[in-house]
Amino acid sequence: MRCGVLRFPGSCDENDALLAAGRVADAEIVSYRERDLHGVDAVIVPGGFSYGDYLRAGAIARFAPIMEAVIAFAREGGLVLGICNGFQVLCEARLLPGALLPNAGRRFVCRQVRLDVVNPHTPFTAACAPEAGSPPGAGAGAREPESASGATLGAKPPHTPPTLSIPAKHSWGRFYAPEETLREMAGSGQIVLRYAEGQSFNGSVGGVAGVSNRAGNVFGLMPHPEHAVDELTGSADGLCIFESMRRAAQGDG
Amino acid sequence: MRARVLIRPKQGILDPQGLAVAQALPVLGFEGVADVHVGRMVELDLPDPDRLTEMCERLLANPLVEDYEIELLAGPSESGPPADPNDTGPPADAKETGPPAGPSETGPPAGASS
Repeated sequence: MRCGVLRFPGSCDENDALLAAGRVADAEIVSYRERDLHGVDAVIVPGGFSYGDYLRAGAIARFAPIMEAVIAFAREGGLVLGICNGFQVLCEARLLPGALLPNAGRRFVCRQVRLDVVNPHTPFTAACAPEAGSPPGAGAGAREPESASGATLGAKPPHTPPTLSIPAKHSWGRFYAPEETLREMAGSGQIVLRYAEGQSFNGSVGGVAGVSNRAGNVFGLMPHPEHAVDELTGSADGLCIFESMRRAAQGDG
Repeated sequence: MRARVLIRPKQGILDPQGLAVAQALPVLGFEGVADVHVGRMVELDLPDPDRLTEMCERLLANPLVEDYEIELLAGPSESGPPADPNDTGPPADAKETGPPAGPSETGPPAGASS
């Protein structure tokens, strides 16, 4: 898989995204000035503060030259992952439903959060499920039922979703969609990640942390899987997102 | 034409900025203030006010979460850039040609459309 990581003026997490995707595939930076994706198999819209978050986060980046190609790529079924500011850009581009608003608590928050993988059957989360053959690091989050009572360690209740521990850092991460839209999204598996119980800090409706489009090939999340790809930094749970994409792109998912 | 666009969070959507202001006012002794909302204002000179709604829908506001209101003001603002003969930008041009001027063949192409 060749993965293109966009870089806008004001992006700041593209290098981590490049390294993270680079662990499972070939990855390259694609400038916002380009009009062509040069045949990549997947696109990552990274985090940061594109165009200084002027007007609204993601509102200007959405019209950057490269975005026309990204929108066409998404419409053709190409895999597009938006992280944090990238999620905001994809919502602004209307590739994803809903909008991201200032955190309810008004603050920029940076912390490790636990996420429930509500839909482990997407091109972005298929490798996060525990039964999936785990490549090194991937799917790791499913390993420890944190409240396990020692005695039954490993015997997870069958309906417990896999969880991921990855960092979140944003001040505009409150996901909002009208109730009717949310119901539809829930019905069609578009709500992919939720903050685990007690973990939501930004006021997102229904604790939503990550959503996909109806077709499932465009996915955005506020937390940062690219910052959690090595145990050295506390968790490698984020890797399973990139591994899922690789499998989907190569058709062995 | 000078226009002003007022953008505010939709009713019913939590507005943390408005809330912060509402909580700060009583600290300064301004009691009894409620339902404070903070939005944005965009002022612009533009050739064709008929396109303002489209501008709002596509960029200036996010219609999913924001309401907007358009006010048309008289002529280009006096605070705009001066009509410098070397400046071929749209505001100077608009001043020269006045409101009814149609698209002129000879005029500079700058700022012809969005």
